[in-house]
Amino acid sequence: MKFITEFRDSNLAESIIKLLRKEAYPNSNLMEFCGGHTVAIFRSGIREVVPKNVKMLSGPGCPVCVTSNSDIDKAGKVVRYPDVILTTFGDMMKVPGSYDSLYDLRAKGYDIRVVYSTIDALKIAEENKNKKIVFFGIGFETTAPTIAASIIEAKRRNINNYFVISVLKLTIPAIKKLLSLGEVKVNGIIGPGHVSTITGANDWKFLPDEYKIPCVLTGFEPLDILLGIKSLLDMIKQNKQELVTEYLRSVKPEGNIIAKEMIEKVFIVDDSDWRGFNVIEKSGLKISKEFEEFDAEKVFDLKTEPSIKNCGCKCDEVLRGIISPVECSLFREVCNPENPLGPCMVSSEGACAAYYNYYVE
Amino acid sequence: MCLAIPAKIISISNETAIAEIGDVKREISLMLLPEAEVNDYVLIHAGYAIQKIDEDEANKTLELLKQMDEFYNNSGTLEE
Repeated sequence: MKFITEFRDSNLAESIIKLLRKEAYPNSNLMEFCGGHTVAIFRSGIREVVPKNVKMLSGPGCPVCVTSNSDIDKAGKVVRYPDVILTTFGDMMKVPGSYDSLYDLRAKGYDIRVVYSTIDALKIAEENKNKKIVFFGIGFETTAPTIAASIIEAKRRNINNYFVISVLKLTIPAIKKLLSLGEVKVNGIIGPGHVSTITGANDWKFLPDEYKIPCVLTGFEPLDILLGIKSLLDMIKQNKQELVTEYLRSVKPEGNIIAKEMIEKVFIVDDSDWRGFNVIEKSGLKISKEFEEFDAEKVFDLKTEPSIKNCGCKCDEVLRGIISPVECSLFREVCNPENPLGPCMVSSEGACAAYYNYYVE
Repeated sequence: MCLAIPAKIISISNETAIAEIGDVKREISLMLLPEAEVNDYVLIHAGYAIQKIDEDEANKTLELLKQMDEFYNNSGTLEE
């Protein structure tokens, strides 16, 4: 397929790998923020071919993984209201909250439907006028405009039985938090390619400017990632701190302005509870007053009991990059994709699932 | 979760388009990318086109990769 196949050329990849190995790079920790990159790096075997003294760390860039138990409990509460159909992206179904996952609740008879897009949720709302359709809105800046668009569309078409639980999160405050904790040394960051497609490359200049950490915005195909890694290592070797956009076919300096305007119109920035980090200031998006008739948290009482953490699960430490999944005592034997105890094993983009599927000792 | 895939727009009606992803055709929304036109390649995320794929930039990236490949092969020959 165009724009995919050519970025998977194995001959070109071999040359880049050999170039990487030929150069003497300093010991470096590179963090890929995005769960999509984590999976792509594992799947293509890039971890095995980078120079031995270069360590790849996975960051907290998997929305499913960082959605807190307290937020999952809200979805668990809303389905108990009469006439509610809960719609959600499929990735969220298996994540255990304090009590039940959405799969468990569906098995108990609650009406919970997996959708690919908010467009599908709106269709369900139009076809079920006597029901209340709630969309469980998780995601980062990439997904936020698609949820904003659905709310704008619902208003325009007078669809008054569509509601959103917004637990959307912003990536930049989370990276700042992770770096400020100082628990993990990061020499270079592979920034999220599709988040920056929306935000624009300019928003990522804070990494070299404020934190003196080089950053590369790259795509998700093997050649994109190899080029990104080479660019980061070259900068580290030359002691340069810059922002490099390798994913120029998608990431513009200003991003998608229309998408950003929609986010601004529909949401306000608020504090948000992240798994692994607790509450991070100004890191979430809540529905603004102008659109509050679509805010499920205003329409339903979704206040929940304090959440309960799954015993022994080390997703918190994995998300902060302090430990690798294989260092968790539950990994593989107790916690695996068939029987996941934590979200990092549930999500296909979670670090634990990636290690389970691809890690070679 | 932030997965986005390239697709070719084959028809447009108002803010909705039919996009071709390999052999699959799917309806997508152009609400976030109203400037998209038929035959454009766009990135699709969760049913919405989120950006036009810039073919010139894609070719430049491929060109850079090819230069690195040539550089490696030439320097390899010199060393031998």
